[in-house]
Amino acid sequence: MWQELRRELHGDGLEIVTVALDSAGAEAARPWIEAARPEHPALVDERHLLDELFGIVNVPTGVWIDETGTIVRPPEPAFSARPDWGEGLGEDPTEYQRRTVALEEQLLVEDAKYVAAVRDWVQHGPASRYALSPDEVLARSRPRGRQESQAAAHFELGAHLQRLGHGGDAVAHFKAAHRLQPDNWTYKCQAWSFVSPHLGPSDEYDSDWATEVERVGVERYYPPLDM
Amino acid sequence: MILESPDVPLDVLEGETGWVIRTEGACRGGVCVPLGVSPSSVTLDVLAERLGMGLVHDEKHQVWAVGPSSVSGRALESVEAPDFMLPDADGRPFRFASLRGRKVVLVAWASW
Repeated sequence: MWQELRRELHGDGLEIVTVALDSAGAEAARPWIEAARPEHPALVDERHLLDELFGIVNVPTGVWIDETGTIVRPPEPAFSARPDWGEGLGEDPTEYQRRTVALEEQLLVEDAKYVAAVRDWVQHGPASRYALSPDEVLARSRPRGRQESQAAAHFELGAHLQRLGHGGDAVAHFKAAHRLQPDNWTYKCQAWSFVSPHLGPSDEYDSDWATEVERVGVERYYPPLDM
Repeated sequence: MILESPDVPLDVLEGETGWVIRTEGACRGGVCVPLGVSPSSVTLDVLAERLGMGLVHDEKHQVWAVGPSSVSGRALESVEAPDFMLPDADGRPFRFASLRGRKVVLVAWASW
């Protein structure tokens, strides 16, 4: 999806970098990367380093960085096209999968708006109304206090134990991260992915993707772009 | 940051977090936070407390995890993009700062 935009704007000075936030590593991300056949850097972030560095709490999320290495738009939902949510359903989807896709189709996806803004920035640079001032960038980045940092520490510890094969012991840390930063979808989805296909119900966790999205409201899963 | 011991050497801390311990305190990117103790007696507890870092200890596995500092109250403490090095799917490392001179849209996604 990003490949097309990259091809259009690369000659005008834009690069796209995609990063898979996947504790399961390259093997989990590879099928998608190979299907996309990217000409841009397509990286894998097993340790969710970008969550901490930029304050990313859901995917897909985009951050704009200008030629001098300055962030001009902090993390926000980033779609280059409307996803075909039902694409991977297969012949005989479960009830849970059907429910998931029905919810996904109601999520706020502002691909046209986002792509138009990227084009405007590439053309006008700092004069683009989408390139934000430093104060605005910092103010729009996620709040982070001790509680969010404690959530990050629990998540990192859980992911570490999971990697070492102690998935059972990781659960308590993931749950603590979920409790301390409830609106971090990355923490939730990554943890659920270890115990249940399609982020569905499990013995380990009290909730699942579809239930949480219904609880929060489909319109709040991806906040509206402020642009 | 994952630690196998709470006695983290200061050079390791600096490499992992960018915070440098000086006589005036813990410093990073022009900001110094007083620690109230001399550099030689800085402990992980003191650092976590003063820099607003989460600190978690797993007793069973004897592992510690330290969260990011939260001194500004925001995930981004500066508009200078942090540099990082990550591999592609074939394990080849890529340094983000190598893209200086181009506009970059950094897109995080996931397979889950």
